[in-house]
Amino acid sequence: MEKFSTHTGIGVPLRRSNVDTDQIIPAMYLKRVTKTGFEDGLFSGWRKDPSFILNQEPYSRGSVLVAGSDFGTGSSREHAVWALRDYGFRAVLSSRFADIFRGNAGKQGLVAAELSQDDIELIWKILEENPGTEITVDLEAQQVRAGEAVFRFEVDEYTRWRLMEGLDDIGLTLRHEADITAFEARRPAWMPKTLPVRTED
Amino acid sequence: MAGTLAEKVWSDHVVRRGENGEPDLLYIDLQLLHEVTSPQAFDGLRQEGRPLRRVDQTIATEDHNTPTIDIDKPIADITSRTQIETLRRNAREFGVRLHSLGDAEQGIVHVVGPQLGLTMPGITVVCGDSHTSTHGAFGALAFGIGTSEVEHVMATQTLPLKPFRTMAITVDGTLRPGVSAKDIILAVIAKIGTGGGQGYVLEYRGEAIRALSMEGRMTICNMSIEAGARAGMIAPDETTFAYLKGRPHAPENALWDEAVEHWRSLHSDDDATFDAEVVIDADALEPYVTWGTNPGQGLPLSAVVPGPEDFGDDTERSAAERALEYMDLVPGTPLKDIAVDTVFMGSCTNSRIEDLRAFVDVIRGRRKHPDVRVMVVPGSARVKLQAEKEGLHEEILAFGAEWRQAGCSMCLGMNPDQLAPGERCASTSNRNFEGRQGKGGRTHLVSPVVAGATAVRGTLSSPGDLLDAPVGDAPAGGAAAAA
Repeated sequence: MEKFSTHTGIGVPLRRSNVDTDQIIPAMYLKRVTKTGFEDGLFSGWRKDPSFILNQEPYSRGSVLVAGSDFGTGSSREHAVWALRDYGFRAVLSSRFADIFRGNAGKQGLVAAELSQDDIELIWKILEENPGTEITVDLEAQQVRAGEAVFRFEVDEYTRWRLMEGLDDIGLTLRHEADITAFEARRPAWMPKTLPVRTED
Repeated sequence: MAGTLAEKVWSDHVVRRGENGEPDLLYIDLQLLHEVTSPQAFDGLRQEGRPLRRVDQTIATEDHNTPTIDIDKPIADITSRTQIETLRRNAREFGVRLHSLGDAEQGIVHVVGPQLGLTMPGITVVCGDSHTSTHGAFGALAFGIGTSEVEHVMATQTLPLKPFRTMAITVDGTLRPGVSAKDIILAVIAKIGTGGGQGYVLEYRGEAIRALSMEGRMTICNMSIEAGARAGMIAPDETTFAYLKGRPHAPENALWDEAVEHWRSLHSDDDATFDAEVVIDADALEPYVTWGTNPGQGLPLSAVVPGPEDFGDDTERSAAERALEYMDLVPGTPLKDIAVDTVFMGSCTNSRIEDLRAFVDVIRGRRKHPDVRVMVVPGSARVKLQAEKEGLHEEILAFGAEWRQAGCSMCLGMNPDQLAPGERCASTSNRNFEGRQGKGGRTHLVSPVVAGATAVRGTLSSPGDLLDAPVGDAPAGGAAAAA
């Protein structure tokens, strides 16, 4: 994973709450077996509407999405994060994220920054008054800067550290492999085993 | 120290306690796989040259993309076929047990795990699918994860996680006839909202929960994610043990006794404290239905379509405006006047044998409304076999409905089972998101019995509404029960 410290890019105001992952990328795009190239699926239902924000300049070149509350609800599809990333987004700002989405974002170097709804409203106003305003997401300082305004955002401390170091979770966990093996030796015998195969017949 | 059910299962699985803000390393007992969220995870293992650590704690099934007709023919959609074939290749290469289309154990991953007896109280279950919360009905800690985490579990059989908060949802009283588990969970989501459960494990308790079958409990835990929760749980009891005993992978003999002894300790202690509590009165519940485009936008079936001005909060008001436009509904319209084009009876929420029995009890001896297409999709091939053994399929066919093969089907329309643009559907599934069941499709979430009554009358209806239309009094020229 690429290290993230600070990113500056055009802010995109998405004035909608409950943006579920079916909207971020519909199921039809989930049939692919690759991990890249999902940008065409991003908001594909909404992008058919010419007035949708990403169909307008300069927002089509945006890289910081500023969304309403409960962003990323519903399906666990990591494709939602891949689609945002492949389109060019490096950060999403919202007052509340769905847990699985936030977890997925953290694994893929996409910053999910939590701000108060009042701050989100202020940022929307700044972006709409001056379309094309660049937003800086400073992970080290945990700050979002838009125009003259500075906002603090919340992000899980451990995720922040991993994002800044660009660390692979699996590699980190495998440093504790001895602990995993010791744990496995203690597991009760009644625990489920999928093999050998048993069926009703 | 007193603990909640979730805390007990959590602490039984901590491999390594996190320090200084680090997450705990949590052991995963069972990982379920399907074709959609696993290919990139297998690729990751291959790229790093890592083995899949515990194939004996991993099981795969084909469900999201699979067709529900002509399953003996090659899958027509090439990308779907490729995804299924990729799963088959990966399963072979890594030695993972897979139940493919045509196999008696194939079906929706959240139906297959419990019916094989793999889902047990006190275990941790993950799957790259948000409805993994279903398995919490057994007192397991079960939650959906993304593909990076799927790969992480494949490689390490663990996940780094911070403990979840806990919320008690107490459902007191007794459900009235025609009101079911689905109505409980729709009422819960309407009450706490789609983000109300964020960060929490919801523990459902109380008299009305105890009275539910395992199928009903699975319906409730299944939709915990629609309230934003990490997981839903119900303490195991005699109902749980009776469901599990004798299932293919349930423990036997001395191991069964040992397991049950442990399972009996899995409940929240009387003096345990929850981070939040919600109380629902089962006696006051009516059949619920959603009118909008998120599962929190639900109301009792006797209500009318709300208007934006009914919402005090700006965010909810604008969400309601958007939803009403998408759903093409006029505020003030009685929900029971809404006519549907399709009824979908299926999905990991409501496709188990008991769901099918409840649906058939409502439609028995009747004919479907002539303008409504009715699709019945069992959750697994095993459920289909059981239903056919009981003769349910004959009643479903005589009703005029389609009796399909097992899979996720129209819940998310990854296979050809989709709504056409503008079509309206009463669906026993879990998500009424825009376009979820097909581009431009409109979804009303309902219980199996409401699905049955709606299929008869053609408008959103409860079984009580059929009292005016006795069996045999078929609407619009349909022949009464053919069978």
